[in-house]
Amino acid sequence: MPDITYREALRQTLRYQLQHDERVFLMGEDIGAYGGSYAVTKGFLEEFGERRVKDTPIAESVVVGAGIGAAMAGLRPMVELMTINFSLLAIDQIVNNASKLHYMSNGQIDVPLVIRMAGGAGSQLGAQHSHSLESWYAHVPGLKVVVPATPYDAKGLLMTAFQDDNPVIFIEHTALYASKGDVPEEPYSLPFGKAEVYRAGTDVTLIGYSGSLHQAFRAAKQLEAEGIDCEVLNLRTLRPLDTDAILASVRKTNRAVVIEDDWEFGGFGGEIAAIIQEHAFDDLDAPVLRCSGADVPMPYAAELEQAALPQEADIVRLVRSMV
Amino acid sequence: MTRVTQQQRADARGSAGAGPDRLQLLHTMMKIRRFEEKAAEMYARGRIHGFLHLYIGQEAVATGAIAALRPDDYIVSHYREHGHAIARGLEPNRIMAELFGKETGVTGGRGGSMHLFDVAKSFLGGYAIVAGHMPLACGLALAEQYKGTDRIAVNFLGDGAVNEGEFHEALNLAAVWKLPVLFICENNRYGMGTDIRRVSSVVEVYKRAEAYGIESEQVDGMNVLDVYEAAARLAKPVRAGEGPRFIEAMCYRFRGHSTADAEFYRSKDEVERWRRLDPIDRLQKQMLDDGAIDEETIRTIAAELEDVTREAAEFAEQSPAPPAESLYRDVYKDPADA
Amino acid sequence: MISEVVMPQMGADMTEGTVLRWLKHEGEAVTRGEIIAEIETDKANVEIEAFEGGVFRKAIASEGDVVPVGQIIAIVAAPEDDISRYANGAAAAPATDAKRAPATGAPAQTTPYDERPPTPPAPTARRAEPVPPAPPAAEPQTAPPRLRASPVARRIADERGIDLRLLRGTGPDGRIIKRDVESAPAPVTSAPPPQRAAPPAPLPAPTVASGRLVPSKMRQAIARRMAQSKREAPHYYLLLDVDMTDAMAFRKQANAALAEDARITVNDLVVKACAIALQRHPMFNVTIDGEQLIAHDAQNVCIAIALDGGLIAPALLDTGRKPLAQIAREASDLAARARGGALRQPELTEGTFSITNLGAYGVEALIGIIQPPQTAILGVGTVMPRPAVRDGGVVARDVMKVALSADHRVTDGALGAQFLGEIKRLLEQPLALVL
Repeated sequence: MPDITYREALRQTLRYQLQHDERVFLMGEDIGAYGGSYAVTKGFLEEFGERRVKDTPIAESVVVGAGIGAAMAGLRPMVELMTINFSLLAIDQIVNNASKLHYMSNGQIDVPLVIRMAGGAGSQLGAQHSHSLESWYAHVPGLKVVVPATPYDAKGLLMTAFQDDNPVIFIEHTALYASKGDVPEEPYSLPFGKAEVYRAGTDVTLIGYSGSLHQAFRAAKQLEAEGIDCEVLNLRTLRPLDTDAILASVRKTNRAVVIEDDWEFGGFGGEIAAIIQEHAFDDLDAPVLRCSGADVPMPYAAELEQAALPQEADIVRLVRSMV
Repeated sequence: MTRVTQQQRADARGSAGAGPDRLQLLHTMMKIRRFEEKAAEMYARGRIHGFLHLYIGQEAVATGAIAALRPDDYIVSHYREHGHAIARGLEPNRIMAELFGKETGVTGGRGGSMHLFDVAKSFLGGYAIVAGHMPLACGLALAEQYKGTDRIAVNFLGDGAVNEGEFHEALNLAAVWKLPVLFICENNRYGMGTDIRRVSSVVEVYKRAEAYGIESEQVDGMNVLDVYEAAARLAKPVRAGEGPRFIEAMCYRFRGHSTADAEFYRSKDEVERWRRLDPIDRLQKQMLDDGAIDEETIRTIAAELEDVTREAAEFAEQSPAPPAESLYRDVYKDPADA
Repeated sequence: MISEVVMPQMGADMTEGTVLRWLKHEGEAVTRGEIIAEIETDKANVEIEAFEGGVFRKAIASEGDVVPVGQIIAIVAAPEDDISRYANGAAAAPATDAKRAPATGAPAQTTPYDERPPTPPAPTARRAEPVPPAPPAAEPQTAPPRLRASPVARRIADERGIDLRLLRGTGPDGRIIKRDVESAPAPVTSAPPPQRAAPPAPLPAPTVASGRLVPSKMRQAIARRMAQSKREAPHYYLLLDVDMTDAMAFRKQANAALAEDARITVNDLVVKACAIALQRHPMFNVTIDGEQLIAHDAQNVCIAIALDGGLIAPALLDTGRKPLAQIAREASDLAARARGGALRQPELTEGTFSITNLGAYGVEALIGIIQPPQTAILGVGTVMPRPAVRDGGVVARDVMKVALSADHRVTDGALGAQFLGEIKRLLEQPLALVL
């Protein structure tokens, strides 16, 4: 099986969609002539032309809104927002229009729109370029929120995103574009709402997604040497959430830690902890813990940035305190 | 801007041949007027809740513009949308039922006054965020351009929208991509309770559109024939792919911003002055003077519309509310609902 | 056509308005849309218009009246319309608006939450019971601190009938966690096993790490009571051998006629023997209360039951009045409940005499420590075949050593010898236990 990058996995699905569905077109800042700020759409303008690959002004709100409008008229557009940070400028369109039109119109209107964006930190880009705001989107009924962690995830989940008739917020991770993994050559879809048991274990469940999955996995390897057997869960999508997989795992291990890049207070880890204690209270040997980003604006200096993000050592320390 | 004189308009009407059906225009405006009065009464009687933004006084803009469009041209309007809905042919019964929050309403009681949608009639809302709907109009137009059709999107907006970022983003995008959007700004001078002159550095809205290279006109929004003529004329280049056009229709609402508005911000004299320009009165007078209509016919129309609106209120009153079990329906499109 | 003019809803939060001024008076003509009154709301003064034309027939609210939204304030009608039903003014329920109760500003009607909540029930009799004095394995007078055990540990303990109080937690901060409960042995389900059966499974040695040990609550309680007993009660001891051969045969015969779960054990025979002996020698059925002695009518005989990490000695109540078979059944039930932590109050507090029996463990003689506030205890050893002399010859007989420990403040040796002799006699003539 080919070993390709996360970036390449995304490209494969995008190309497949452009080739097989006339209704699909792409819009975003610098996705055409520049080749995409993360090179995901490199060469696409030349291959598919301006009608299918549109460079937009720096105007996130109207670009997303136009994507919504085009979806309302029966097309299946993809909007690329350069990063999740800039998506804040389009939040009105995403929340007030995209997520609600199907409901407010009593089912008359569909919004089959894919909005891709890159989130995460770790490259010293400073406070305004380092958000992980997936919990904000996961909070909104009417949206689907997808957080691929591996190239295999990326290709299959993006395929499903295009097939879904609902607005899909597809959040990639800036640190993962160059990561590699086995990816089947043929097209395939991965279902939303189905987590992956990335590593099976018996003593504690480490729940991660996107970038944090890899921290969790590395921590699991370290803990293995200490005789602590961790199960690592890759959520793949936050909305819908695979609650069954989370609970089944916790019933087996009796302990859980959520690992997330996002700020701890009010973050998605809190939602997972609430679900676990509500439905698996009598299976818990310890309270559910979170290993999250520090509640600070992301600083620039390397040491500070690393201190603000969940690290393997933090996860290991937490797990040791639980067993 | 292209400043079209009254004379030029009259000439255009004269040379356009049959021109608009004035009786139809009158009927539509009277229907909107009576419906809105009834809605006001129903709100006062506690049958309608939340916000109610009445279109009384502005009937000429929706009526004239929509009569000049094709039935499949998309309409994207704001929250003061009952007039546009009626002009586009949505049934008063179902609009009233929606205002009452009943299952038989246009959007099943889910939307309310500010969110009327009828996809079959290309009536796409109904939005509560000022200027938030403008990008959607751009998207609908983009889709038709992409598909290679000559269907256009008409975007009604208020003067309150012209300082929002989305107004500017939408005009720019429409202009640079030559999207088939006809923007119609219903300038009733007040953004809720704020006179446009207090908050806008450039008060003439059409000039703002011109700043984006969009051909724009200012029309008398209290004259339904002027509105019709301008819309019919400007829809053509839009439909032909020449890019967006912009109409600023000067008009006035005779009632408050919504039912909760005590109207501190404008004088009774001002309201009186504009009431003398009532678009319905003006058209009636013109048609009476031409001999195109008589008083009897006007009374007959009024009586018919009396029945229509009373029936709408009764229909709404007797309709059931949406059942509580339907709460979670349609949050997502289910693949099974193809 | 009658048009009821109501106090209008003028904004989502309006609940009432004041009629400031009527601009129309009774008898005046009104056209639709005409302003007929000025109303004051909390935000502003507003004018209200007539929704229908006609004649202003009646002002129901007067100038200055504060009227809730939705209530009728005037009637506009044709001159010939009968408006007599509005004669009582605003009290008349609006006819056309009947479906809604006086419309409030908020769309919701009154909800069940508007009603006064029911008064809480009086405390039950259970709460009125006094806190029991400490039995051997229970807590002292203060309420026990909340046990630190994880949810899954509690659930498993509950399912298996394990007493969490007897466990030591190995989780963080001494929390009892799943592995602690899973490694606790299953409670022994049978009563003291029959003699001559295979030796019972040995009580598991508690896992003890080297270094300081923290005694469990039960161990602490036992320690306190035993120390107190030894400190305060001057013990004297009498030992005797009891020939159990006939008793064992009797037991075998009796058990052949009984159901499996109702079998009589050796200990049951001893309990009945003690019960009868206590009736005949009531000074050994006495408890001490400070300086005073309390004689008891009922013979509440405590049997010691081994638990993981300690023991508990609940009482079989009123054994003097119960036949042997019943005592056997109750003893079995008592042991099961002791292990499941389901003993009842009187069983823990109203014992008058105790029996401690390590016969099952092969112990030859057991010399017990009196359980305060009782004043005597019988220790019982194993039944062993021994040589005895009968009719001039040496034969094998089943012999069991018993030891009486008694409180010299209450009784002395001579009395004790009689009491103990009574017990021996009863056991050696077992039919006396059932007659």
